[in-house]
Amino acid sequence: MDKLVIAGKEFGSRLFIGTGKYSSNQIMAESIAASKTDMVTVALRRVDIENENDDMLAAIDREKYLLLPNTSGARDAKEAIRLAKLARAASGINWLKLEVTPDPYYLLPDGTETLKAAKALVKDGFVVLPYINADPILAKKLQDVGTATVMPLASPIGSNQGLKTRAAIEIIIKQATVPVVVDAGLGLPSHAAEAMEMGSDAVLVNTAIAAAADPVLMAKAFKQAVKAGRNAFLAGRAAVTTEANASSPLTGFLRD
Amino acid sequence: MRQARLRVFCVTKTNHILRGFALSEIQQILSEKNLDRHNDGLLELLNNVTVDDVKCALRETPGEYSLKRMLTLISPAAQECLEDMASQAAALTVQRFGKTVQLYAPLYVSNYCCNSCLYCGYNSSTKFERTRLTIEQAAAEADIIASEGFRHILLVSGEDPSFVTCDYLNELAEKLRSKFSSISIEIQPLSTDGYAEVFRGGIDGVTLYQETYDRDTYAKYHKAGPKSDYDYRLDTHDRTAAGGMRRLGVGFLLGLANWRLETLAMSEHAAYLMKNYWRAQVSFSFPRMRPALNVAENYQHLVNDKELVQLMLALRLCFADAGIVLSTRESAAFRDNLVKLCVTRMSAGSKTNPGGYSGDGNSAEQFEIDDDRSAGQIADMLKSVGKETVWKDWDAGFVNV
Repeated sequence: MDKLVIAGKEFGSRLFIGTGKYSSNQIMAESIAASKTDMVTVALRRVDIENENDDMLAAIDREKYLLLPNTSGARDAKEAIRLAKLARAASGINWLKLEVTPDPYYLLPDGTETLKAAKALVKDGFVVLPYINADPILAKKLQDVGTATVMPLASPIGSNQGLKTRAAIEIIIKQATVPVVVDAGLGLPSHAAEAMEMGSDAVLVNTAIAAAADPVLMAKAFKQAVKAGRNAFLAGRAAVTTEANASSPLTGFLRD
Repeated sequence: MRQARLRVFCVTKTNHILRGFALSEIQQILSEKNLDRHNDGLLELLNNVTVDDVKCALRETPGEYSLKRMLTLISPAAQECLEDMASQAAALTVQRFGKTVQLYAPLYVSNYCCNSCLYCGYNSSTKFERTRLTIEQAAAEADIIASEGFRHILLVSGEDPSFVTCDYLNELAEKLRSKFSSISIEIQPLSTDGYAEVFRGGIDGVTLYQETYDRDTYAKYHKAGPKSDYDYRLDTHDRTAAGGMRRLGVGFLLGLANWRLETLAMSEHAAYLMKNYWRAQVSFSFPRMRPALNVAENYQHLVNDKELVQLMLALRLCFADAGIVLSTRESAAFRDNLVKLCVTRMSAGSKTNPGGYSGDGNSAEQFEIDDDRSAGQIADMLKSVGKETVWKDWDAGFVNV
């Protein structure tokens, strides 16, 4: 069986879902269900993690989905660490999507601070899934300090531009010792399929689904694309050539 | 108290003199681009924009700022293209902010003021009984606000630093932090140290309007008090950002001077802040002149609905990620339409007088609100147009250091 394993936990789906930007918590819940995901990430800034009746948290079935809190909005390692610890103390969840995004416009991750925070949080017993620029060296350093995955961005978050960092992500995948989850910027199911065909272990999608005219249908489309992309990767693609290649151009006469 | 006021004057004056002849960067930008005074040349440029120019600008990537693009989109000719602008702005807003609108409530803590702004109900020369809420009174007001669901609060006051001090703000913030995930202030300008001090106390955003970017108009409306110093006010957001603030609110009063010229100046100001203080988020507000206590001003430059919509759309189409804030100054019907376009943040159920929520005080309000629906009613309205109400979009767990 082709299972994804992160920090010893098995995942049936290779599509992870974000929870922001939906027009209602109900549409969010329906989209999550349609995606057949096993893990959803939620921004700590948006919820009361200690309150199970929080509107957004209540809409997420914790029996079905692993809740992955994220530190979106943290300006530096110190803020991310503090937020993570408060959230764990309140919720008991020790999985964390580490986001250190000091710039509120492009929300690009700060590699230096992310590494610093990852080191401290892993040491403190967190399962850390860090959101990073597609930087192969940083990815290696994070694996060295014990993160459970690396999550390089395909393009700036929410931009729907697709795999603009393809070359760097290819290197990250080649060098990876932990699952590589392509996060941010995937705007279409075809982008997600492309990431999976390359050999990414999973993808995380939010805006492309939440901001679609029909989020539930788009969630389903992403599910199918991720599956197709993964199967294509497993199937092994045929070689690419620049010219058309007839079946037996030189020896065909032998069959006549 | 007299002495305290006097001291404020002196400090301001001294700072002004100490800055000497060197202009700050934003002063220089506005001055070089002729945006800090009424400018007929710019008006002519605005009037010369054609509908084709606007269509051309609308084919560019939405959300990218240049002064020329902004000038095109706020030109009289662009009024012919509002539908196209609206559809681009709405799509961009959904992409960047989602199908959501964040709600906040203002808490007026004091109506003492040492300025004499001709348009304001808190003008120091207006005689009425002034109030500053005690910490307990303010916390009680905040409890009512929190009980309605709000998690973002804006502390507002008249501008008198002898009444609303950093200590007062920090003491209040301390009480509010467990109930609110984000606390912002709209008070008199502080020094960088003052901002840093209240930031450490848990306040993370500052709204401060220039009121008007036109120096001559500014002088006409702000004749006395520390606020008469245009430059000190203009430089305020450099100090808020340097003090650590995460959210910077800019704006000008719609009605005092030509709104198109004001918009160009505000846009340059915002672009400057975004570039230099890249860790803070800039948002725009649109305070249209409203009737106020003892104010009988006859405004020459009132902005109509169509123009305000154009202004908001143009800002979105130039600043993809800027907050666009709409207060209860505007009517319910108008707000209901605007949330479908590009608004990201709204106030609701606002009281604009100290003590207004508990109804204890009959204290004077700063201006009359228009949309008096409750927070719950606003949330219902948002739902009916396919938007999720965001009550909480920050967390007290972030450390302010």
